[in-house]
Amino acid sequence: MTAMTAPMGKFGQSVKRVEDSRLITGNGRYVDDLVLPGQTYAAFVRSAYAHARIGAIDISAAEAMPGVVKILTGQDLVDGGLFALPSGWNLNSVDGTPARVGVHHALAVDTVRFVGEPVALVIAETRGQARDAADSVFVEYEELPAVVDMAAALGPDAPQLHPDIPSNRAFTWDIGNAAEADAAFARATRRVSLELRNNRLVPNAMEPRAINAEWRAYDGSMTIYLTHQNPIGMRLFFMMLLGLESENHLRVVSPDVGGGFGSKAPCYAEELVVAFAARAVGRPVKWTAERTESFLTDAHGRDHVTTAELAMDDEGRFLGLKVHTLANLGGYISTSNALVVSYMYATMLCGQYAIPAVHAVVEGVYTNTCPVDAYRGAGRPEAAYVIERLAHLAAREIGVDQAEIRRRNFVKAFPHQTPLVYCYDSGDYEGCLDAALRLADYAGFEQRRAEAKARGKLRGIGLSAYVEACGIGPSKLLASLGGGGGMWESCEIRVQPGGSVEVLTGAHNHGQGHQTVYAQIISERFGIPMDRITVVQGDTDRIQAGTGTYGSRASVGLSAAVKSCEKIIEKGRHIVGYMLGIDPGEVDFAEGIYTSAATNQTVAFTEMAGAAHAASSFPTDKLEPGLVATTFFDPPNFTYPAGVHVCEVEIDPETGVTEVVAFNAADDFGNVANPLIVEGQVHGGLTQGIAQALWENAVYDPDTAQLMTASYMDYGMPRADSLPEFGLAFWPSPTPVNPLGMKGCGEAGAIGSPPAVINAVCDALGIAHVDMPAAPEKIWRLCQERQEAL
Amino acid sequence: MYELAYSRPESLTEALALLAEDEGAQALSGGQTLMPVLRARLAMPSRLVDLQRLPELAGIRLVEGGIEIGAATTHAEVAASAHVRAVLPALADLAGGIGDPAIRHRGTIGGSIANNDPAACYPSALLALGATVTTSRRTLAAEEFFTGMFSTALEPGEIVTAVRFPACQRAAYIKFRNPASRFALVGAFVAQLPSGYRIAITGGGHGVFRWREAEQHLDGGGAMAAITEDMLDLGHFTGDLHGSAEYRHHIAAVIVRRALSTLA
Ligand SMILES: Cc1cc2nc3c(=O)[nH]c(=O)nc-3n(C[C@H](O)[C@H](O)[C@H](O)COP(=O)(O)OP(=O)(O)OC[C@H]3O[C@@H](n4cnc5c(N)ncnc54)[C@H](O)[C@@H]3O)c2cc1C
Repeated sequence: MTAMTAPMGKFGQSVKRVEDSRLITGNGRYVDDLVLPGQTYAAFVRSAYAHARIGAIDISAAEAMPGVVKILTGQDLVDGGLFALPSGWNLNSVDGTPARVGVHHALAVDTVRFVGEPVALVIAETRGQARDAADSVFVEYEELPAVVDMAAALGPDAPQLHPDIPSNRAFTWDIGNAAEADAAFARATRRVSLELRNNRLVPNAMEPRAINAEWRAYDGSMTIYLTHQNPIGMRLFFMMLLGLESENHLRVVSPDVGGGFGSKAPCYAEELVVAFAARAVGRPVKWTAERTESFLTDAHGRDHVTTAELAMDDEGRFLGLKVHTLANLGGYISTSNALVVSYMYATMLCGQYAIPAVHAVVEGVYTNTCPVDAYRGAGRPEAAYVIERLAHLAAREIGVDQAEIRRRNFVKAFPHQTPLVYCYDSGDYEGCLDAALRLADYAGFEQRRAEAKARGKLRGIGLSAYVEACGIGPSKLLASLGGGGGMWESCEIRVQPGGSVEVLTGAHNHGQGHQTVYAQIISERFGIPMDRITVVQGDTDRIQAGTGTYGSRASVGLSAAVKSCEKIIEKGRHIVGYMLGIDPGEVDFAEGIYTSAATNQTVAFTEMAGAAHAASSFPTDKLEPGLVATTFFDPPNFTYPAGVHVCEVEIDPETGVTEVVAFNAADDFGNVANPLIVEGQVHGGLTQGIAQALWENAVYDPDTAQLMTASYMDYGMPRADSLPEFGLAFWPSPTPVNPLGMKGCGEAGAIGSPPAVINAVCDALGIAHVDMPAAPEKIWRLCQERQEAL
Repeated sequence: MYELAYSRPESLTEALALLAEDEGAQALSGGQTLMPVLRARLAMPSRLVDLQRLPELAGIRLVEGGIEIGAATTHAEVAASAHVRAVLPALADLAGGIGDPAIRHRGTIGGSIANNDPAACYPSALLALGATVTTSRRTLAAEEFFTGMFSTALEPGEIVTAVRFPACQRAAYIKFRNPASRFALVGAFVAQLPSGYRIAITGGGHGVFRWREAEQHLDGGGAMAAITEDMLDLGHFTGDLHGSAEYRHHIAAVIVRRALSTLA
């Protein structure tokens, strides 16, 4: 046995991430690193038009070029039996009819609907040859008028994207109760309303999308290496869409994944085409997106236009809420987007407030833009933005402080059934608000404002009290809302004869620190050092079942792990009982040692593991040898992380530049397994949210629908030097819905921060609203107007 | 990137010969502009002639009345140079604000001015300070060298070897950053030379230019604070996603005032 010098894990400790030294020293292994025997490379021919009818495709010149192995067009795929891409969620319109899903061929067949849509694939011996030949595929396009703006797309003169979908409207979905909301508005004495835009974002994972697919003709099976958040889910998609015989004919492996933010959760056209191509050429085919391809085709985020109205009484108590949202779907409905714009969004519109009557309508609109799907927060940031902007306006309307209006309306008792399906698990919203206000020295703000004014700067403060839904489940609820169910997570724990532990999880780490946190929690349970625990993930040949990582659902996978630990420990009790000749009920277990109070004897966890495998100290007809436990954990409810963000900005009225000078957040993530990792997640989330509010913006030319922000020259990524030091505090109300009391933290930063920033900007300028991003020229013009008004 | 040949000559003579014998050959310096262009397949040179190791293009030297910087000197070297800090601190500041550390450790002054990006920083310093550009064939005043956006007086096969600046303590550069690229949305280099004030503006869109009205205003004893965009021709500016012509026009006056105020 090795000496126990390695650290022991403990829940709640800031253990450094065990995976990082490997990754930051260049020893990560990504899909693009992998070269298979007989490797070929793929390059896509993409549409330069946003909307066009495809005429003849001439591949003769390209076919004759050096190294070209094969060229595939959309028709080849249809002829080869490849299915169209599905919408992964069944959403019904108000009138009960199912959402109208435009047919999405993996390679466009007769029409292209956004710039960058793939039209053909070239497979060649080298990447350069594939690229050269792709430039020589000549596609005839008959250009059609394109539409970017959703209101225009719904209008009578708009070009129609899909043949059977009039007005480009995929669905008109609603939630809540319109009559009750109307009644509340009729009763209300005060109201505020708002029209806002939630700007479109490009996800920008550091590692671009990549796939390497290998077909084995001899048994009709395929191995796919794929950078993805959910390899097990993708196995099902690949199997169905390629028409493979069974799951057993397909192995999907996601090795190290360099970030996803949701953009590596969908089932994409390109990956399907490459898998199809591997079968067609009988050799491994690899494709790695170039950054321009990422900008043009990685599913974008957000892009809502919303009108919202809040009804109140004279004291500012919220009585009713009405929301109407146009959600830009892009040219097609991406895998999860019908869910993201409906149940991930509108269910959260009440925020932290007890609003009795709500009605929300969401219209899904096709436009000639890249498809939209989940992006860090996926629907919840859009909801938080609506309600937190309204709360800010409500305070102005009633003439009370930003904090006070929230206090008056907070949900105070839990569990809390909202009028929008969900039931909040636990929380202490007022306590959390106070924690945030203390952290931010809210009381001292007016002095800071005055000091800034003396320097010629306009200082403003903005609050945002968000609540979101994580740890998605239970399966039955999700199925009843239109999904396929299956929202559990599994965890298998294998204890080896020497006492080391393998943990097999269907959750897929792509930056979240699973290796560390799983090891930390299991180390503590078993009383063995962390370095004896290995986390295995991302390979469907090794993991039997799982649902991947998105929606901050580590709590679900970790709950499965904890339950498997309990099963192992319990079995150990029986083994030790036989070893010591006592009743298992008299065996205690703590800190890695089984003890018998009666006999004063002890057995270490590792000895017990050896005995489990030796199977000589117990009757194997009564107790099975070996030490493996599997758990499928289906959470009884979502978890509802919540928090309060306080942002302070300073605006230079002469230039319109907005600087975030202070940002403080108090968050309720339930119990926190590893504060270091959680703070890192919050820093990243806040950065993305602040960036949405100030810099990031995907812009399409309104006439040609060309993406004008298709590189870092024009798309404003956040930089560390543009951000303040973040002040963080945890204010946990452990959730009762899982054994660890954890709620999740991955998206919270990106959910709470955009409204905090914009509320601060509005406070600084004394205005009702400005759309994101609060770019310098826009703010400068508002400063000019303000100057004139003074 | 298309396939191409690559040479790394050891001397200026050899580099000039390589450029002369192949019309499709192109000079490569730090590659911070050229490589992205090649990767995007927007240019198709037959050969790259790498200037990075040419001894004739290297080094920072104190010279009579000023400083000479070899064309292959990186932005990071200029920013860190004790010589530059001593005789022309504003130039070190400018170089230290270009791009990010990776770009500053590869990108060069020669490449920057040969490219003459209308949003680049260096051209404004050359123009404001009245620098001279030495090439493989001749010496040119900055005013003659820059001929419009992305264009210079360089002829095919001609190589910039060095830039010579006068010493000047009363100079300042302010870059108003494009929030995405961090190039100059507008940049202003102001200098007070023995001959008078010189103000050069970059980022307007048509290429770097001198704001002569403001120079005259100052030379005539006008107050710095009285400089406004009303004295500046809006025609110098174009707009894009990140700022309209009107906005850039306004910002130019703001940063000129701010730069001047640091001289006082
Ligand atoms: C993300 C990013 C941010 C940037 N930000 C800024 C910024 O804020 N401010 C700024 O000013 N610049 C910025 N740059 C540009 C950077 O400064 C480049 O280094 C510079 O513009 C080109 O220099 P280079 O040495 O890399 O030249 P290269 O890319 O190698 O060459 C550029 C051009 O000049 C020609 N050339 C190079 N050297 C010579 C020579 N000696 N004689 C004749 N022709 C020559 C080449 O043939 C080519 O046409 C940025 C670049 C990037 C990628």
